[in-house]
Amino acid sequence: MTATFSVATPPDQMDGADSQNRATLFRRGVRPVRIGRFSTTFSIRTLLVTFVLLLAALAVAWWNMISGSASLTAADTVQALLGAADEGTSRVVLEWRAPRVVFTLLGGAALALAGAVFQSQTRNPLGSPDIIGFSTGAYTGALLVAASGISGLWATPAGAVAGGVGTGLIVYLLAWKRGVSGMRIIIVGIGVSIFLGSLNTYLITVLELETAMSVATWGAGSVNDISWVHVVPLLAMMFLTLPVMLALSRDMRLMEMGDDAAAGLGIKLERVRLVQFLCGILLVAIVTAAAGPIAFIALVAPQLALRLTGAPSVQLIPAAAMGALLLTTSDAIARAAIIPVSLPVGVVTLILGGGYLVWLLLSMGRSRKAKP
Amino acid sequence: MSVQIAQHELQPHQRLGSPGRRRLLVIVLGLILLASLSWISLFIGSGGIPAHRVLSALSSWAAGDLPQGARDTTELLILERRIPRTVLAILVGAGLGAAGVVMQAMTRNPLADPGLLGVNAGAYSAVVFGSAFMGVTIGAAHVWLAVAGALVVAVTVYLIGTSGVMGGSPAKLVLTGVAIGALLSGISFAVTLLQPEVFDRVRFWSAGSLQGRSFDEVSATLPFLIVGLLIALLLPRALNALSLGDDAAVALGARPGLTRLAGLVAVTLLCGAATAAAGPLSFIGLMVPHALRMLIGPDHRWLIPLSLLAAPVLVLCADILGRVVVAAELPAGVVTAFLGAPVLIWLIRSRAVKNL
Repeated sequence: MTATFSVATPPDQMDGADSQNRATLFRRGVRPVRIGRFSTTFSIRTLLVTFVLLLAALAVAWWNMISGSASLTAADTVQALLGAADEGTSRVVLEWRAPRVVFTLLGGAALALAGAVFQSQTRNPLGSPDIIGFSTGAYTGALLVAASGISGLWATPAGAVAGGVGTGLIVYLLAWKRGVSGMRIIIVGIGVSIFLGSLNTYLITVLELETAMSVATWGAGSVNDISWVHVVPLLAMMFLTLPVMLALSRDMRLMEMGDDAAAGLGIKLERVRLVQFLCGILLVAIVTAAAGPIAFIALVAPQLALRLTGAPSVQLIPAAAMGALLLTTSDAIARAAIIPVSLPVGVVTLILGGGYLVWLLLSMGRSRKAKP
Repeated sequence: MSVQIAQHELQPHQRLGSPGRRRLLVIVLGLILLASLSWISLFIGSGGIPAHRVLSALSSWAAGDLPQGARDTTELLILERRIPRTVLAILVGAGLGAAGVVMQAMTRNPLADPGLLGVNAGAYSAVVFGSAFMGVTIGAAHVWLAVAGALVVAVTVYLIGTSGVMGGSPAKLVLTGVAIGALLSGISFAVTLLQPEVFDRVRFWSAGSLQGRSFDEVSATLPFLIVGLLIALLLPRALNALSLGDDAAVALGARPGLTRLAGLVAVTLLCGAATAAAGPLSFIGLMVPHALRMLIGPDHRWLIPLSLLAAPVLVLCADILGRVVVAAELPAGVVTAFLGAPVLIWLIRSRAVKNL
């Protein structure tokens, strides 16, 4: 099947009279690749954009490494990374800054991947784990765990994952009415989010002050306390889910044409949908468990990447690069905006994301081409 | 020939007998509930004051035996905390309920609510900014700020939400409100984190609570609410015409532009003043109009006055519930969100919202 529906005629086999034909087969700058019986296409612009985004993300990440309250020069940082610095410097760099920087890169990519999958599956630029109440639900889960007095390293993350996944399911079921329409799931998600938000406010008043403070800090979405303990599971999860998501991305593309068309092309709809949603939710859950709910990266990154690459629909890898850039940049802003205070990164992404959403709705108003 | 109409084909509001009887029922029931809840509100709360003390304080106050200086703690609690709190619950409820009816009619949108459309968030953020950058204290001046913030956000959300593709659809308006609300609350949160003293000033007010309010808040917000309510009470006929669509409204002699402008002024005054007094309360303006429409039908000549009865009942209920269910008081805003979110979800699933 794969071979049948991949792009059939490589350009080098066409003569000049076929150039008209070629334009219909490939958008400008799109090239096919074949390895054995597998083939795919790639766009030069997409490659270029992804590369630039990655470079920018790494540059910001490097700035995050060398700046901060402990004044270290770039040379000190390099030395520490090479293991040639004194103990104090290497602790600051290797134990405090490096895990945070790596986490923002990977976490941003993970959130963006999840968002891309959700947007593709709901066929809606507004579909994202936080719109359907995942973040609020994760917060509720964490608060419930804290309220029931369970403690331990994995208690909050486990509660967050359970709360988030549970909320996602409830929203999906409440929005179900002979199928799930894009807008309905979003409004139901808003309703459930407000409901859980008030539940969260209530739970915070019930908790002991100290527990409430620590959970509330987590609830704002902060990467201030990230250490290697948080990075390792995220990295493992990325290694686990990314190949699966990429392998299914062709099916995902075809499903964007509509369920009937995709089913007609032999795609096992429910299986692909379940696996993709599961991968997305696991990625968001693991980031949320470590850093708290970080709003809007999942919503914004795939769409911004889409606009830069000019691709017909959201793509996983450019979205991931965009997500990494967005989260590292948000972290840089959070640290630098008001010097003595380090804002929770969730506040920065909330402001950026809210602004983006307003802009999206505005641009929906201006150009009638944009799909709602 | 008499036509038999099956019960299930009737609208919900037609099942309870003739229109006049239903309205009478709602008015009587509303008045009884309002009176009894206001009375109960004076007796319940922290401090554990026994009922006879409340009664004696009230009777001596009514007889004029209690000048400002000669009150003990219990009497102070009753006269300067519980009474203003009850009065404020009624005022805030009336404001938000009427604003909800006007908004839903004006936008012809069943999901319109001052909270959902971000108007309350606008009022809140304006007060936070004013508090942080202009040194405004929570008191008389912040009502102006709240009203200004409500106005700016109401106009912005309306302009963005009704323009372009899917313009004016319930979903797009709500989404615009939520987006602007998220943006503003993020910025306000950052500002309060930055300036702890601002956080301290607004935190008692930000959850949507009636706790610890005094007659100062009542007198500061009353003028705005009265003007807003007067405008709202002048609008029913125009809103009835507007609910048929702009073209039909023009044909009937109404002026949609003028109606919307007046409605906007009313909504802004009502929401701004209510938010200034009690902090952001959501869903009151969503629930009350729908409940009333099910009971008495869609005529705004009755909807607006009766919302002034029904919404205060709801706010009083939420406030009393918040005092009863947990030891530490639950803000009324939390209770209304708890009650209102299921209503929102039910509305989306019902036929009320088309195209979803």
